[in-house]
This record gives sequence, structure tokens and C-alpha cells, in this order.
Amino acid sequence: MPASETRVNTPRLSRQQHLDLYYYMRLNREVEDTMTRLFRQNKIVGGLYSSLGQEAISVGSSYALEKRDWLAPMIRNIGALLVKGVPPRDIFTQHMAKYTSPTKGKDGTSHFGDLENLHIISPISMLGDLIPVLTGVAMAGRYLGQKIVAMTWIGDGGSSTGVFHEGLNLAASQKAALVLILENNLWAYSTPVRRQVPLENLADRAKAYGIASYIVDGNDVVAVYTTAKEAVERARSGDGPILIEAKTFRRRGHAQHDPAEYVPPAQRAFWEKRDPITVYEKFLTEGKLLDAKGKKEIEDKLTALLEKEREFAENSPMPPPELASEGVYCTGPECHNLQPKWERPIDELLPPKSCVEPVWTVEGFGCGKGSSGVQAPIHFGDTESPSEKPAAAAKATAGPANPPKKLPTAKPAARGKARR
Amino acid sequence: MFEEMAADPRVVLIGEDVGVYGGAFKTSEGLLEKFGWERVIDTPISESAIIGAACGMSYLGLRPIAEMQFIDFILCCFNQLTNFVAKGHYLWNAPAPMVVRGPSGGGVHGGPFHSLSPEMYFLHTPGFKIVYPSTPYDAKGLLKASIRDNNPVLFFEHKFLYRRIKEEIPPGDYTVPLGKAIIRREGKHLTILSYAAMMHTSLEAAAALAKEGVEAEVIDLRTLMPLDEETILNSVRKTNKCLVVHEDTRTGGIAGEIAAILSEKAFHDLDGPLVRVTSLDTPVPYAPTLEEAFLPNAQKVFDAGKALAKF
Repeated sequence: MPASETRVNTPRLSRQQHLDLYYYMRLNREVEDTMTRLFRQNKIVGGLYSSLGQEAISVGSSYALEKRDWLAPMIRNIGALLVKGVPPRDIFTQHMAKYTSPTKGKDGTSHFGDLENLHIISPISMLGDLIPVLTGVAMAGRYLGQKIVAMTWIGDGGSSTGVFHEGLNLAASQKAALVLILENNLWAYSTPVRRQVPLENLADRAKAYGIASYIVDGNDVVAVYTTAKEAVERARSGDGPILIEAKTFRRRGHAQHDPAEYVPPAQRAFWEKRDPITVYEKFLTEGKLLDAKGKKEIEDKLTALLEKEREFAENSPMPPPELASEGVYCTGPECHNLQPKWERPIDELLPPKSCVEPVWTVEGFGCGKGSSGVQAPIHFGDTESPSEKPAAAAKATAGPANPPKKLPTAKPAARGKARR
Repeated sequence: MFEEMAADPRVVLIGEDVGVYGGAFKTSEGLLEKFGWERVIDTPISESAIIGAACGMSYLGLRPIAEMQFIDFILCCFNQLTNFVAKGHYLWNAPAPMVVRGPSGGGVHGGPFHSLSPEMYFLHTPGFKIVYPSTPYDAKGLLKASIRDNNPVLFFEHKFLYRRIKEEIPPGDYTVPLGKAIIRREGKHLTILSYAAMMHTSLEAAAALAKEGVEAEVIDLRTLMPLDEETILNSVRKTNKCLVVHEDTRTGGIAGEIAAILSEKAFHDLDGPLVRVTSLDTPVPYAPTLEEAFLPNAQKVFDAGKALAKF
């Protein structure tokens, strides 16, 4: 298994794509700056988390998805939600616990989703749990015949959880079309990454799962985008899950209350010079893709949009108390009329087309039957054998035995740093 | 499961050793042959991943059945279940129409890690439905109803009953509704509430009580969440005495919950205290003599019922 890859292909982006990336990064930062001001006015109900300096990762990676793909953000991926199509007012109302929020105030921050249209899954606060869920999304998409990719993020801290391991291992063994972006921002609350993992590159963990990985400069939005795009297309074509480690730095504290004095000032200064938006503006200006006029147009557009969205949020009511006891159960079809979108003939999944021989094929050793029809010994208890054969005994089918999918083999990687 | 999978291509089964092996207790025997590798999925030993993946599948419109090889292992995915699956509908309008099922309960010399009664861990978490049948007829009907329910359903199959209780059940489609208890034996002197394996223990005790002139009304709860309060209250208003028998440990078992409900809603109808016959407050011991002391049995229920009838 080769070491983590860096991007092999360097596709050219169109001017519009370049400007889109810039727009969404600016939008991401402006949304969060607006919320910082609201927080200082005590209008944010709970905590506020910042992705300052990490916008390139949220925006660059989610921009690589298609409309049919699914994503689930973590707390510092508001940029991904904006790229997917969530309006800023949803972010504001969520944080302010308003009745007009997507969850009607029942949960805050980025804990909301949209299954039917935008294909967004809400996170929970526990880290890593999204990974098996998005693996299930990818598995279900494949089952339905959809060619979708599921994308989610995890931090350097979250990558230590058990469910990270379980989820990624399942994704790998199922060859699920999952792209997992590990944002190594060097700090998990107050604990530096070196204290948590004995690895220089967390992408090396991919080797343990037999999957491909990339390492990318997380502050370079074009590099993030092109790497994510390649990963998404590989996953979509059946390569299995891909892990992308994006190197970056958490510029603010864990949350608004945390002054993060444990971060060495020299480290912060080093990364402040590499602000993803500043760096990208320089690139766009030098490449004649953006001039002062264009920049001002974007800024005016953002100001007008956010003014409108913020006002909507501020003027929205809080939820009524009666709402507290409602909604534990889905009581009728009106709360669940989600129909799966079939993109393959359903009869493939029903007998007789679905019938297989229940055998495992082990390379070099042949096949072994299932124990259908034979009472399997259970290691305790005085249970009796069934007096009759089970109804659905194994039948030899006309077609060949269908062994499970092989483990993924590594593709040779071209070395070479990603360049814009 | 076979019928539901044949009728509805959205239903898939995911768990450990469910495919080629047909399940540790043969509950999925023959399913792989009929429905293939995509619908009967053998997983690594990763309960959190099994539940998480099932949850994700349900968000695309599938109806997954996630099997826990022994229900004891459901504790390994406690976070996924309680924080992701159960809360989804309330918080963000995302019900997870999935069934989590597995063999539970003791009396088979399984020891402390293969004999769990898990119901109360999850009864305490809003969002689940919890089903615990005691007869083959109910097992089939309730499982079908659970698969068709839009909420996450925990479906506990008492392993002691797997091969001991045999019943002729009608082929074809029928369901048993969730949230409805059933009166197994009518009576007038006291009400016995029970479920799962203890149902049969209670009926045995009721037969013995009848010989002494005590007519017990035995009710099979079947669904623990939501509890069929109406059937319980109607019976208690008739008999005025209530005895709860459950294999779950005493402290925090559902008998306590029922006692509170009766106290709130039927206080004036009670002519005696709520009596509980339960397992001891210990892990399930391994040695048969210890396990017998641990579990309720017909004699213990008989003694408690006789004393209550005299109250």
C-alpha cells in the first residue's frame, strides 16, 4: 500500500468556478462574523463555534459534490452547508433557537438536515458518529442504483473515537462511496494533536483500512477542491472510501468562550499569514480573475444578503412552549412520506433474480457451504433440533455463485505536490 | 422477515453472521439464498457501525433490520441508538424507520453477557418503540408491524422461547398492532402483568392459583413502549390488585414505572400494594443453581399472588 497520494491530475477551473469558491469562502466568513456580533449582543442562545481559517476546506470539498450527493457537516463546516444551498437565515435562526429555524428551535448550531431536497444529514454532538451513518447512506444509494457519493468531515480529535474506526472499517469492507475529510487543525479543544495521536500524518490511518488517501494543504481552496473532486469521482466509480487529510489550523478557540491561551503565539502568527481568503485573493488578483471592482461587487452583494437574512432571524419568534412535548414519534404518513428513488429495476432484488448460493469463496481454498438445513450448535442451552427442515432450504441456482466483493487493491500514486 | 423482504424491496437485513450462517440462532436462515448479498449483509464486529449504517440507509427510504447477535451487544452501540436514531424525528424531522432485533433474556446458562434484559435502558430514552413478544403468533405479527412502523423499533426476542414455544401460525400477511397488550387469561381476583418468557411462567402460576380458588387475570404487555395503559387500568379497576412479573432486574425495571402509573391513575381502585416479582439486582449469574435463584419462577409468582389475594 503506497503512502498517501497527492493530487494526480490538475484540472483547470473555469473563471466562474474560481469566483464561486471565492464567493462561498467570503460568505462563510461573513456568516460567522455576523454571528460573532450577535453573540456579543447575547442573541445567540448557546455556544458559537468558528471555522476561521478553515473555510477553504468546507467550501473546496463540498463544491466537488453534485446535487444528488449527500453530506453531513461537523461543527466547523458551515461553509459546506452554504455551498449545498442552505440560506444564511437557517444558520442564524438555528443558533438563535428561533421558531423559524429548520428544527423549530428544538436543536441549535448546525444540527439540522434536509433529506428530500438538499440531502443533508444533521450531525449530533458526539464525534465520529456521522461516519457509519454516511456509510449507510452510500450503501443505500448503491442499493437503489443511484450513483451518489456521501461526504462528511472529522477532526484530528474526533478521529480517535471508536466509532470513527468502526465506521471507516465498515465503509472499507463494503467499498462504500464515502469521502471522509479529516481536518487536522492541530488542536482538539485544548489538546494538541501530538498528544492524541502518535502520527505525523493522520492520512496514514487509511492504510489500516486498505483505502486510498490524500494529503492536501487545507488553506489552499483550489487544491482542496481538485483533490476532493478526484476523490469524489473515484468513490463514485467504485474505488471505495477515500480519506483526505487537510492540513490547517484552528485560529480561534474551541468555541466563543475559549480564549485558547494554550496555543503558542508563534504558531498562531505562522498560520495567520496563510489565511485562505487572503491567499486566494492574491492568486485571483494576480491571475486577473478578480479586480477591485469585482471584489467590491461581491462584498456589496454579501452585505445586502446578510443584512436581510440577519433581520429575518432577529425578527423571528421563539418557539411556543407547547412544542416541547410534541414530535417524539412519527405518528402518521405525513411525517414520513420519504420514498426511495429507485434507479435500477426492482425485480433484481426479488426472487428469482436475487437468488444466490449461500457460500463463501476463499481464494485458493474454494467454497464452503452455509449451514442452512443443519442445526448450528449454540454453545449453551438445551435447545432441541428442529423436528422439520426449515422451509427455505438452500437450492442450487442456475447462475454461478456470487462471492462477496474483493478487497480493494491500491493504485500506484504519482508523487508530486499539488500546485494550483 | 422472509415475507416482508419478499413483499417490500426496501427491507434489508444487516448484522453479524446473518447471511451464510443464517444467524447465530438461525433466525435469518434461507434469507441469503432468496434475496442475495445486497439485501442480507454480513458486517464486521462493529455494533455502532451496524446501527449507524442502518440509520443512514433509512434516511434514503430503506427499511433496514439491524440484528444484534446477542442483545447484550446493543450496549456497544448505545450512543448511536440513543443520540442519533432515537432523537432524529423530534429534533430534525428525520424518523429512522428501522428495526433493531436480537435474542435477549436468560435461563439458558448464557452467563452475564448473553442473558440481558435490555428494555429499560431504552425505555428511558424518548423516541423508541419497544416490543417484546411471548408467542410465535405475536412474534410474526409484531415484527411485521415493527418493520412497517415509521419509528425506530427495538424488537426483543426472548431466546429461551426460540425453540421451546411452538405454535401453528397462519401463513400470509397479518400484523399485530404495537402498543396493545392482550389478556391471556381472564380473572377477577388480581391482575398479573408480564411479558416475554415470564408470560408463560405467569400462566403456569395462574393455573396453580386457580386450584386454590384465586382467579388471576394475566395480561401480556407485548409492547413496553408505548405501554397499553388502557388495558392495564381497565383490568386493575376490575380486580383491584396488581402483580408485575418481569425477568429484568428489580431496581429500575418496568414494574416501578407501572406502580407509579397505577398510583397516579388508579389509586382509589387499589385494594393492595403493587407487588413485583423480578430477578435479583445482580448481573445474571452463570451456574444453574445461581441463575435459578436469580430468575423469577412459577413458585415465586404463585407465592406472591397468593399473598396478594389475601391482602
